[in-house]
Amino acid sequence: MRMITESRLKISGAIAAFILLVILPPVLPSYWLTILTQMLIFGIMAMSLDILMGYTGVPSFGHAAFFGASAYVIAILSTRYQVGFLGCISSAFLLAVAIAAIFGLLVAHAGGVYFLMITLALGMVIWGLAFRWVTMTGGDNGIAGIPRPDLGIPISLDDPISFYYLVLVVFLLVLFLLYIFIRSPFGQSLMGIRESESRMRILGYNTWLHKYLAYVVAGAFSGISGILWAYYNGFVSPMDAELTASFEAFLMVILGGPGTLVGPALGAGIMVFLKNFISAYTHRWLLIIGGIYILAILYAPGGVMELGKRLAKGGDKE
Amino acid sequence: MGMDFFIVQTLSGISFAAILFLLASGLSLIFGVMNIVNIAHGSYYMLGAYIGLSIFWKTGSFILAILGAALSIAGIGIAMQRFFLRRYFEHFPQVLMTMGFALIFRDLALLIWGGDPLSFPAPKFLQGSLHMGEIIFPLYRLFVITLSIAVAIGLWVFNEKTSFGAKLRATVDDNEMARGIGINVPLVSGLMFGLGAFLAAAGGVIGAPFFGVYAGADFEILPLAFVVVIVGGMGSLKGAAVGSILVGLVDNFGKALVPDLSYFTLFLPMAIVLAIKPTGLFGRK
Repeated sequence: MRMITESRLKISGAIAAFILLVILPPVLPSYWLTILTQMLIFGIMAMSLDILMGYTGVPSFGHAAFFGASAYVIAILSTRYQVGFLGCISSAFLLAVAIAAIFGLLVAHAGGVYFLMITLALGMVIWGLAFRWVTMTGGDNGIAGIPRPDLGIPISLDDPISFYYLVLVVFLLVLFLLYIFIRSPFGQSLMGIRESESRMRILGYNTWLHKYLAYVVAGAFSGISGILWAYYNGFVSPMDAELTASFEAFLMVILGGPGTLVGPALGAGIMVFLKNFISAYTHRWLLIIGGIYILAILYAPGGVMELGKRLAKGGDKE
Repeated sequence: MGMDFFIVQTLSGISFAAILFLLASGLSLIFGVMNIVNIAHGSYYMLGAYIGLSIFWKTGSFILAILGAALSIAGIGIAMQRFFLRRYFEHFPQVLMTMGFALIFRDLALLIWGGDPLSFPAPKFLQGSLHMGEIIFPLYRLFVITLSIAVAIGLWVFNEKTSFGAKLRATVDDNEMARGIGINVPLVSGLMFGLGAFLAAAGGVIGAPFFGVYAGADFEILPLAFVVVIVGGMGSLKGAAVGSILVGLVDNFGKALVPDLSYFTLFLPMAIVLAIKPTGLFGRK
């Protein structure tokens, strides 16, 4: 009798991921190494969004704002003011947190579609700054020539493999921290809010504060992915903070399965792969992700994680 | 900066508010009836402008451009509602689906009309300006303001004085009860969706002589329409009108006084209203 249980599936998945992410990269062709690096960076972004979408149950449509804002800080400080690595990353991180702390005051009272509209409008405010504040951001042209950081250690991050491992370490650290976060009593109460906010309020929880903090945490981690992106890409533009970027992040979570943490990271992987693969053949990327959106809603509303579970359950019956 | 600067900027702001009202009224009513946010609403505006321009190139008629664009986009809106959105009882998949459509519409516009911005001349009989002492104001902007006021009055009469309007209000107030007393809610929703798309597309054509026609217009105008609805309150026509004027004025004075931060100035009315009255000025829930 052949049994594929869910836990077996998880273990084999983890082993495959370990081999793919830790052992293979030095022997991978450079094209695949860059794709893997991008996957991890957007994986952090998708996991941070999952805190809101999957665990708190509120749809944030402006998540690229934090990503873009911190990427711009890195770009401006490192190219124009020659600020060092620690100065850059701490300013970028603090700005993402500050923006989330201010925006959070305006959204934390809301839920459902109201939350969606407010986050979308707020996110575009950041895009508007990137696009119109030309003297600071370079406007539509963006900022090019961001150098890879100098950590003060003998390893040069200009080497794609060492940069990849840096991103991997950050990714695993974020995964670990977010895992602890969602398993904590605080994370459990977020899930309670997702199931029924009014019930949680009656039980005496300050749901406003929970949602507010969840929003700030999600913004902070999205900022981390923006920092990595600026260093990886060497270039930032308003595209990084645009609505389509927020929509892409959203689709990563939907594809992977909200409320699964690892799922959205997988969703990010799928999206990055598709984007790179498809752009080799056609420029119709938006048309394709629009189509994926509609198909995903029609046929796989729970994302690939649920699809995987369904397949595993199907295996049980054999 | 004298008094005439102030008057001209105020009039410009109100003419922008007129365009915003065409978008936001539909967005707000669709929200009221179906409780969904239509992410593709800005796309109706953008596609309307493109289709209007193509009709204008062919026929040379501005009126035909408005009507043709508005009717074809209304058809698209009704089809979206009828064949895709209506299949779902939950709101969230519906919203996500409209996002998928928004991305597809953006790419189709790029595919058909290309990436370069196009210009749309104001019709000849509206090309002059009005001179009142020191103040010079384009006639076309006055036309836009007048037209939008007419639409607002029309919508108000339709909403308050007709039996369809009564059914509409009943659906907004209590969807289930409206079904219970025999109102055909899916039909009302479909027609509202069509009307919203019609107004947004008409707004796209009417706004094109100021703003030009380009593929990013969809996601540039959508947040503005959202801010109008957030400020004014969801599902309220009066809120859409007041919100449009507020956002139009703030945006216009922002562009004139601090061009670098112009989009950022929108943050202010939204933050203030959300702090004082989280449901918007005329929101009910």
